[in-house]
Amino acid sequence: MIQAPDLPLWAAIAVGLFVLLGASITLIGALGLLRLDNFYDRIHPPTLGSTLGTGCILIASMICFSVLHTRPMVHEILIAIFVTLTTPITLMLLARAALYRDRAEGSPIVPADLEPNGEEG
Amino acid sequence: MSTLILALVITTAQILLALAMGCAAWRILRGPRAQDRVLGMDGLYIAGMLLLLIYGIQTGRTLFFEGAVVIALLGFTGTVALAKFLMRGEVIE
Repeated sequence: MIQAPDLPLWAAIAVGLFVLLGASITLIGALGLLRLDNFYDRIHPPTLGSTLGTGCILIASMICFSVLHTRPMVHEILIAIFVTLTTPITLMLLARAALYRDRAEGSPIVPADLEPNGEEG
Repeated sequence: MSTLILALVITTAQILLALAMGCAAWRILRGPRAQDRVLGMDGLYIAGMLLLLIYGIQTGRTLFFEGAVVIALLGFTGTVALAKFLMRGEVIE
């Protein structure tokens, strides 16, 4: 269904620009997830969507609701802070788990563990 | 006039995000190993959260913002639990 909020011209331009930019950046990240051929390459592109894509769409949402309600509405910052804090944590845990699994199998694409007696990371 | 153009732009952005969710779903279905599937799920929930935020802009209601917060929270928990499971074979030791 095609509809949009009734915004003044400057706000409509800003909201449209940021929404389109955020969605395009997220799509580029997802295409990278599809096309790269190694797990350690593939782990990078989704962060494009969770940093810059989320940021652009949250800015558009802030502008839209601030204009609609005629007072500053910045509760979207909650999502921005949360996603910015959690994305590195999850992807670092996932990369370490993948490294552990590849090393346990002796896969040739990862370097061997330098400290065999050290704590397994 | 500007409302019509904004509506078209928002619909285009929704289509782009749906394509992004399709790419992530393809990675979940095909991904050669388990960690690729978890990575696909991470991309899928981020794109779904953005789709919900754009739907909130489109309808002009703040109701969908809470849904986006819940998706972000549960997606983070799910990815961490799956990464822990891949690492140790158990989620809570």
